[in-house]
Order: sequence, then structure tokens, then C-alpha cells
Amino acid sequence: MAAPALAAKRNQLHALQAFWHRYRRNRLGVFGLAVVVVLLVVALLAPWLAPHDPYATSRNRFQPPLTPGHLLGTDQLGRDVLSGIVWGSRVSLLVGFAAAATAMVIGIAVGAVSGYYGGVVDAILMRITELFQVIPRFVLALLVVAFFGSGLGKLILVIGLLSWPQIARLVRGQYLSHKSLPYVDGARVLGMGSARIIFTEILPNVMAPIIVTASLDVAQAILLEASLGFFGLGDPNVPSWGGMLNNAQDFLRLAWWMSVFPGAAIALAVLGFNLVGDAINEATNPRLREG
Amino acid sequence: MPVRNAAGGTALWQYALMRLLQAVPLLLGIIVINYLLIALAPGDPVTALVGDYPAPPEYIEQVRAQFGLDKPLWEQIARYVLNVVQGNLGFSFANRVPVLDLVMERLGRTLLLMFITISAATAMGIALGTLAARRPGSLLDTLATGVALTGYSVPEFWLGQILVIVFAVWLRWLPAGGFRDVRLELSGLDLYLNMLKHMLLPMAALSFRYMAITTRLTRASLLEVMNSEFILAARARGVSERRVFWSHGLRAAALPIVTVVGYNFSFIMAGSALVETVFGWPGVGRLMYDSIFYRDYPVLLGILLLVSVTVVIVNLLTDIAYAFLDPRVRY
Repeated sequence: MAAPALAAKRNQLHALQAFWHRYRRNRLGVFGLAVVVVLLVVALLAPWLAPHDPYATSRNRFQPPLTPGHLLGTDQLGRDVLSGIVWGSRVSLLVGFAAAATAMVIGIAVGAVSGYYGGVVDAILMRITELFQVIPRFVLALLVVAFFGSGLGKLILVIGLLSWPQIARLVRGQYLSHKSLPYVDGARVLGMGSARIIFTEILPNVMAPIIVTASLDVAQAILLEASLGFFGLGDPNVPSWGGMLNNAQDFLRLAWWMSVFPGAAIALAVLGFNLVGDAINEATNPRLREG
Repeated sequence: MPVRNAAGGTALWQYALMRLLQAVPLLLGIIVINYLLIALAPGDPVTALVGDYPAPPEYIEQVRAQFGLDKPLWEQIARYVLNVVQGNLGFSFANRVPVLDLVMERLGRTLLLMFITISAATAMGIALGTLAARRPGSLLDTLATGVALTGYSVPEFWLGQILVIVFAVWLRWLPAGGFRDVRLELSGLDLYLNMLKHMLLPMAALSFRYMAITTRLTRASLLEVMNSEFILAARARGVSERRVFWSHGLRAAALPIVTVVGYNFSFIMAGSALVETVFGWPGVGRLMYDSIFYRDYPVLLGILLLVSVTVVIVNLLTDIAYAFLDPRVRY
């Protein structure tokens, strides 16, 4: 590598190390990161971690927690709750990440174009985002799934398509403020085309708040997927936390563990991603110290 | 009531009118999206307009003609818009009433629950956030922040289930669901108290998240404001610390709170749908749940439409309230 490129890489490494130093000081952020990592591990190793087949019915119905063989109890068909939670993590993480990624790609594209070019394009795109923001996401997702059927792919698409306006707005704001900065003028003077400026010059400088939003978006996506699952609109072929809560609804009097544990899993996962997003925000934002 | 301000900007009512006019294309957009869903749905669009129900064939033919299902798309959209504007949202066979009447009735109950929830959540959130901001870094502050973080991450429907388990099943203090006791013949104050008893748990479940958001926001706004220059100036003038906090600090923090409630309205509505299902509260959310089961599509579409319209109205009111509170905002 030529010397300047090497120096640039070293700078990037230093920046990353500095970021991690700042991040580490936020105890809640570290906790959130730990939760996310544990979640990822559980999801990846689900087939080996789950003590039972989550679909396997048995004659041990409504077993309370701490029954031998069923740490978190069983449901009305004798299915192990712990196994359901372990396998359910796969759906939540898959939908969470994929939907957030979809929303990010669309949101960044729309927001960048809208913020950089301005004018009519901006006006039209802003009207569209306004429309999407007014229609309650949950109701629209519900309707789409009711009409077109459920299934992981559709869920990811629906949640992703409903979440991009927020990101687009954020990115647009960032591009609006950056496009008049000197370094962009410099790039133009150097003869760089607009597309190149948008993606290679401005985007890296704007990534920090986008990453924050990404993490918060995953949290929102997990929550939305769980909500749809609770309404009975999740994928019926895979165990999901929301679906387990739907199942628990009829048996609240008999089996509190059917509700408490899957719900706690959802809350923990969402909390983890929220904390990570907040921590990244604090580590990258030059903020005034409070108090 | 502010009239023309010193800067020569427009008066409030003119701003309100302009926002109202801006809302019209938005409403049209919502109606069009509604129809696009109908048109894009797999199968015969008639099913989307009538519901997956054995309806009398004459009615199906009537719907087909009325919405021009064999005409070009733009004409279908135009006809649909006309129908909607006249209040024809179809007929619900599962419930045997016109969709508009059904949804409006249920929406009213949902809005009742939401109104009480928002009031309680905002009040508690401001209180908690204020307490936290007065002594930043203290145990109270940490506690309040912890509550705020949890509230933001906990799914409302799960919280509802937990509340049912604890308060209705174990402690038997409160009913597990429903609107009121149908068996007792109640009226007047007794009726309202009974309804209140039924509203308590769903309200608690729904308000936790918004209390969390409001707490965080109040705390952050207050901390930011208290460090600003005009507070410094007030203190330098010798205004008492208490006065500084309440009449200067809190007033400045009120603005973001108003907007938070307004712009989060659509999320609160979604939360309400979920909570209603847990508690069997006969509102719009419950109607959605049942209609999916009955495949009563016109009702679902009607709900989407009316809920969106409600959100637009709330956004409008929030914008106007914001303009009223912050004299810097004018067109």
C-alpha cells in the first residue's frame, strides 16, 4: 500500500479504538452489547442449546417452571417453553436485522438524493415520507399481512418498507447540512460526479447517526414483529416470541410462565439494542456534559 | 390569542388554515393507498370490498358496479374516493352494520382509553422527569432513567398480560377485561366508577411506554434549559431558584413534550390495539383482531382509513398548538 493509504488506514483504526474507549465508559451500553452478543450466540447455536424440539408436544401439559426437564415450564400442549424461546430468538433477530437493513438501504438512498439535490425531488420524497409516517405502521402491516399472507420474507419486507421514512428524514437532514460544507465544494472542484460525492465523500461523515438509528431500528423491528406475532399474524411455521404470547393469552389464569418468559425475552432483546444505540450516540456525539 | 406578531408574520388562524389545506392532499393520499391495497390484493378485488363472506350475489354485483371494478384503475380510484367522501365504507357482514358506523363507535372507545392514558402518562412523566432533573446523578435520577429505559423496551401487550396475572388472577383486585360489568344494572356515577375500574389495567399497560418517553424528554429538556443562558440571566437578576425552575425552566421544556405526544399518536394507537386485545376492551384494536379472524376486509380497510385520518387531525392540532406556544414558528 502507498504511504498515504496506509496512513489513512491507521487513522481509521485509531478512530475506531477511540470510539471503543468512549463506548466502554458507558456501562449500560456495555450491558446492552453483552445482551446483543448473547442473543446472537443463542440464535446461532439454537439447535444445540435448546433442550427439546420446540414443536414436540408431550403429555406434560402446563408444567410449572423448575419441573425436571422443563426449566421454564411447558404450555397447553406440553411444548417446552425454554426451547421455544431459544428457537424464537432466530426469528426475532433475523427479522430485526433484515428489516432494519432493508429500511436502511432504502432510507439512505432516498434521504441522500433528497437532501443533496433538493428541489422538486426533495418535495415529492418528503410528501411520500409524510404519508408513510401518518399511517400507523402496525395497522398497515396488519392489513398487508391479512391480504397477502404471512411468512418471514413478507414480514421482513413489510416492516422494512414501513420503517424507511424515519431514516430517510434523518439522512436528508444530514445531507442538507453537509452539502454546503467546504469539503464538498472541494470534491466538486476536483471534478467528482454527484453520485461519487454522495456515496464516497459525504456518506462516511454521516454514518454515525445512521448507525445509531440502525440499532434503534432493529429494536423497533423486533417489537413490531412480536406485535404482529401476538396478533396471530406471524409465520405459523416457526416458533416466535410474539406467537408464544398469543398462545399464552388464553391461559393467563393457568400458566403465568407461558407469558412471563417469552415476554421477558422480547423486552431484553429490545432493551439491548436500544442501549447499544444510545451508547453509540453518546460515544459519537460531541455533547455537553450534563449537571 | 396572538394576532399579528411584531415580526409581521401571519396570524395563528391563517397558519391553521394553511396547515388544514395542506392536510387535504395527505388525506387523499391515504385514501388512494387504501384503494391500492384493495386493487393489489390477490384474488378478486370484490373480496376486499365485501369481505370473505358468503354475501348475497346481488350485493356483490352492486359493489362491482358501484366501484367500477371492470373499469380502468384511475376510474376505480376516483369512484372509491367519491364513495369514501360520502361516507360509504362498505358493509360488515360479520357485524351486520355499515363499516363507518361500526368503526366510529369503536374508535370512540379507543380514543377514550387513549385520552386517559396520555393524560396520566404525560403527568407522571413530567413529574418523574422533573424530579430526576432537579438532582442529576442522584439515586432518584438513576431510578427514573432506569424506569424510562425499561418502559421504552417493554412490549405493552406483555405488560398487559403481566398486569392481568398479578392484579386480576392473583390479587383479584381488578377485572381482567371488558368495558364494564354487564350483569350489574349500573347507571350514573356507579357506571362511571365501574368503567374506570375496567380501564385501570389497560391504561397502566398502555401508559408505561409514554410515561417513559415523557420522563426522558422532560429530564433532557430541563437539563438542557437549566444550563442555558437565559436561566443564568434570571439567576443573575436574583430570581429565586424555585421560580427559575418552575416558571422559566419548565415552560421552555413544555414545548417538546407537546410535540412528542402529538407525533407519537400513531404509535400510541398501535399500542392501544394490542392492549385492547389483551383486555378484551371493545375498541378499534379489538375490532381489528376479530376482523382478521372473520376476514372482514372492508372493516380492516375502514379502520386503516379512519385511524390515519385521526392521526392527521392530531398532527394538525399538534402543529397548531406548537405554533401557539412557540412564537418563533410562523409562516
